[in-house]
Amino acid sequence: MFKFPEVVTIPLAKGIDFIMSWLLIHLDGFFDAIGFIILQVVVGFEALFLFLPWFVIIPLAGLAGWKLVGKCKTGLVFMILMFLIGSFGYWELSMRTLSLVVASVFFSLLIGIPMGINMARSDKTEAILKPVLDGMQTMPSFVYLIPALMFFGMGKVPAMFATIIYAVPPVIRLTNVGIRTVDVEAVEASKAFGATAKQVLFDVQLPLAKPAIMVGINQTTMMALAMVVIGSMIGAKGLGMEVLLAINRIEVGKGFEAGLSIVFLAIIVDRITFSFSEKKQ
Amino acid sequence: MFDTNIVNDPETVHSEINNSSQIVIKDLWKVFGRDSKRVLGRKYKVLSKDEIQEKTGCVIGLREINLEIKKGEFYILMGLSGSGKSTLIRNLIRLVKPTSGSIKINGKNLTKMNHEKLLKFRRQTFGMVFQHYGLFPHLTVLDNAAYGLKVRGISKEDRYTKAREVLETVGLKGWEDYHPGSLSGGMQQRVGLARALANDPEILLMDEPFSGLDPLIKRQMQDELIELQDKMQKTIIFVTHDLHEALKLGDRIAILRNGETVQVGTPEEIVTQPADDYVQDFVRDASPAKVITAGTIMEPAKIILYAWEGPKTALTLLRNNKRRAAFIVDKSHKLLGVAREDKLEELVNKPEKVGKIPASALRRVPSVGPDTILEDMFSIVTKNQYPVPVVDKNNRFLGVVTTDQIFESITPTEGEGNV
Ligand SMILES: Nc1ncnc2c1ncn2[C@@H]1O[C@H](COP(=O)(O)OP(=O)(O)OP(=O)(O)O)[C@@H](O)[C@H]1O
Ligand SMILES: [Mg+2]
Repeated sequence: MFKFPEVVTIPLAKGIDFIMSWLLIHLDGFFDAIGFIILQVVVGFEALFLFLPWFVIIPLAGLAGWKLVGKCKTGLVFMILMFLIGSFGYWELSMRTLSLVVASVFFSLLIGIPMGINMARSDKTEAILKPVLDGMQTMPSFVYLIPALMFFGMGKVPAMFATIIYAVPPVIRLTNVGIRTVDVEAVEASKAFGATAKQVLFDVQLPLAKPAIMVGINQTTMMALAMVVIGSMIGAKGLGMEVLLAINRIEVGKGFEAGLSIVFLAIIVDRITFSFSEKKQ
Repeated sequence: MFDTNIVNDPETVHSEINNSSQIVIKDLWKVFGRDSKRVLGRKYKVLSKDEIQEKTGCVIGLREINLEIKKGEFYILMGLSGSGKSTLIRNLIRLVKPTSGSIKINGKNLTKMNHEKLLKFRRQTFGMVFQHYGLFPHLTVLDNAAYGLKVRGISKEDRYTKAREVLETVGLKGWEDYHPGSLSGGMQQRVGLARALANDPEILLMDEPFSGLDPLIKRQMQDELIELQDKMQKTIIFVTHDLHEALKLGDRIAILRNGETVQVGTPEEIVTQPADDYVQDFVRDASPAKVITAGTIMEPAKIILYAWEGPKTALTLLRNNKRRAAFIVDKSHKLLGVAREDKLEELVNKPEKVGKIPASALRRVPSVGPDTILEDMFSIVTKNQYPVPVVDKNNRFLGVVTTDQIFESITPTEGEGNV
């Protein structure tokens, strides 16, 4: 075997460390501000989900299953699943997890949809963003935890930050693809009538790209849920933390209950967000 | 009526410029690809489309197009696939930017407009109809039809009123609240047409609007378009592959090949004097009966009688010419009808004196205009023993067409170009 020559070293790790410390020193205020905003939003959602009592949320889940997903039976299943989560004793934690997910999705869409739109509008932007997005998605998810931890310390905010970065690519990608695959003639028709770029976007491109964007939102949501669970490693309170604790204490039963609760939550969230993309025109 | 055969000869084109041209295209080039301007340099400009593509990687969309389109003209663009028809239309509305040359519409230079002016110009001037309809599937038929007005910022109430009106004109009353997806192809294209007309545009651009429809619906739509155009008198630029469609609808036809105009002329000119083999191929199966008009084959009548001459003179003239009937016109040469020998005899033999030949003694006969195509005259000549009179808009007598002339002109004659 030939050893790779040791003289050849590119100090990428060092470079990144250097950039990180530079960012930490010079953009401290900036990260504080971001952290503050993120915190406010997540606290807001948490307050909402914890304020609503279980006997309101369970019927709401049922209603969503019935009206959005389409079947009465689905609604019933949703209600049973939520009920089970409560009976495991994880009601409050699952609400916390849910609020983290909802808040991360909120930010992901806030960033992702405009980025997707820009990407669809310019081939150059697409050429630059595409490899970046690919990279972001193939990177193991806990890699994001490290910089998040450095910028924001422990707690909800870094977990959210990592989640947003991890979950945002699908919605960007699908917004881009959705807009690019809109019927060319429909777009040209709009332009031929003298529509401004904004009118073309809101009258034609976004409405016609909606199903694709909804698929993106669904994927983003599912990734956010997965990441929020991992985020509990750095101190975000929620179901993930419970799994982590159970592993440490080797409490198989407890861990299983917490794990099941996550799965139930995932099923409900998935079906509901997916139903938006299936809506008939 | 129009000058013929402008085959990329700038001089003819320039001398032809007159005020009635609404659209004037000069030296228009469209080259697709990177750094496309370099193709216009002396080195490449003279090469063929394929050579240019091979050497530079650029695709010639349009090459030195010079066209003039008159207000109210139904102008057809024809050519094989890839000949640049769509590119030309899309240049006109600046959906693609010309590489060089100028497009003037109503005297305004489109190529020099900034984006804002261009948007405004599109709103005011154009309506466009697409091959695959280009409708908005998420909007109702009514909202589709009202779209152009919405872009212009017209209030909901006003634009719906107008949209309902045009939908009724195209025969879609009652379908306002449906979505386009639930309509048949023909109906969808009616929505497309309504949408284009709602803005009351001066110029209607139609890129193969009927080519996706089955033949019966297609013919029906063509007929309706002709009817509409009689009322609207818009300038229509219409792309088609279908020669029969072109001949039926067009006032003038431009034939494109590899981005160049090969021939421009009336349907009749294109069919009877194709400029080259390419055009010849196009018109091979054109029926002359569909393009030759009464005006071109008519002859002066052997004998015309004037109403004021009175029955006696008329009868004498008739007999001198060994005829049994003749067309009678009034002082301003307006056709009154046919006078037959026996009727005139009756009048002459009457006890009271007759001055003018009275209308009651004349036989009314069907007449045609100079633009009537031969095909439309078949039914008249077969039912009628007299030659068919050709009259202008004011019913003034121009000449006659006989059955023999009709058949002579539609049977290919040997030796002449029309083989
Ligand atoms: N966006 C584009 N990029 C590169 N080449 C193009 C583009 N649009 C058109 N072309 C080329 O320009 C030429 C003319 O195309 P155009 O679409 O105008 O033809 P057409 O006469 O409308 O054909 P068809 O009957 O198939 O619609 C073709 O060679 C085509 O490949
Ligand atoms: Mg085309």
